[in-house]
Amino acid sequence: MPTIVVEVMPKAELLDPQGKAVAGALARTGRSGFSGVRIGKRFELTVDGPVDDALKASVQQIAEEILSNSVIEDVVGIHYEQSNAELAEEAAHESAEHSDSGYVAPAGETH
Amino acid sequence: MRIGVITFPGSLDDRDAQRAVRLAGAEPVALWHGSHDLDGVDALILPGGFSYGDYLRCGAIASLSPIMTEVVDAANAGMPVLGICNGFQMLTEAHLLEGGLIRNDHGAFICRDQVLRVENTSTDWTSGFDAGQEITIPLKNGEGGFIADDDTLDRLEGEGRVVFRYVDVNPNGSLRDIAGISNARGNVVGLMPHPEHAVEPGFGPDTAAAMRSGVDGLAFFTSVVRRALVEA
Repeated sequence: MPTIVVEVMPKAELLDPQGKAVAGALARTGRSGFSGVRIGKRFELTVDGPVDDALKASVQQIAEEILSNSVIEDVVGIHYEQSNAELAEEAAHESAEHSDSGYVAPAGETH
Repeated sequence: MRIGVITFPGSLDDRDAQRAVRLAGAEPVALWHGSHDLDGVDALILPGGFSYGDYLRCGAIASLSPIMTEVVDAANAGMPVLGICNGFQMLTEAHLLEGGLIRNDHGAFICRDQVLRVENTSTDWTSGFDAGQEITIPLKNGEGGFIADDDTLDRLEGEGRVVFRYVDVNPNGSLRDIAGISNARGNVVGLMPHPEHAVEPGFGPDTAAAMRSGVDGLAFFTSVVRRALVEA
C-alpha cells in the first residue's frame, strides 16, 4: 500500500516551546554541542489506489489546508513512499532475480 | 433572546456558558457540533474545552465540524459569535478571526485570575464595558499564545480590533499582550480568558470586596442581550 508522508514544522521565526524544553533537557544531561531542537509533525497517509496526479494535487491541498495552519506552521515536505511491506516484497523479488548480486535491500528502509 | 452554545466532543465549559447566558437574561440553546441546524438562535457561543483532545492543533478538527458551515455563514451575515479559549482557537482555524494560538511560551499550563483591559467597546460582546476598563476573569490554557505576522498585528491594532489586552503580566507570550480580537464588523469576538467563569457572586475571581465575588464576565453576555433589545 503506497504511503504518503507529509512533514509539518512550526514556522522558523516562532518560538517552539516543546523544542526548547527538549534542548534544555539535553543540556542538563550533559549532551553538549546542540544549539537547538525544533519539533514538528510527520503524517503518514496510506492510499489504496494509485498515486496519480489528481491524488497528489489532493494531498497538496490537504497538507496546506488541514494538516498545517499556515499562520503558525509550514509544510516542509511531501514524500511519496512505498510501504515497508512493499519494499520487503520487492527486495525478496530482486534478491531472487539477482541472487548473485549479493545485495539485499534492507526491509525496514523507507527512503 | 436565544443564544446557542455549541457542544463539541471535548467541550468543557458549555454548561457554564449556558448558565452565563441565563444569568444575563437570555435563553441558552444547546447545539450539537454534528448537526447543521442552528435552531434559529440569535447569537452563538463556541465554548472552552479540549475539543478532539487538542489533536492535530487546538480547535482544528472542531473547525471542520458539520455545524461550522452554518456558523461561518451566520458570522459572515452578522450574527454575534463569541469564541472562548478553545472556541477562540476554532474561530482562528475557521478563518473567522486572524492569527493563531500556540503553546504558552513558558511551556506550562496556566490557571489564574487575569486582569484585562477592554480596548474596544463597540463590538457586540463588549458594548457594556467602559473604554479602557480593567476587568478580572479567569484564564486557563496551555496553548494561549496569540501570534500573527507584523502586518496582521499592525492592521488589527490600526483598525481597533484588539479588543482585550493582558494587563500587569503577559501570561502566555501573546504578541503585543493580545488577549482577544474581533473581526472587522465587530460581531465575531474571540479571547483566551473565560468570562463565563465570572458571572455569579460566590463563583468568580476574588475582589477587594470579597472572596470569589468577581462578576466582570457578565457584561459580555448582557452586552449582546442589550444589543438585541436595541435592534428589536
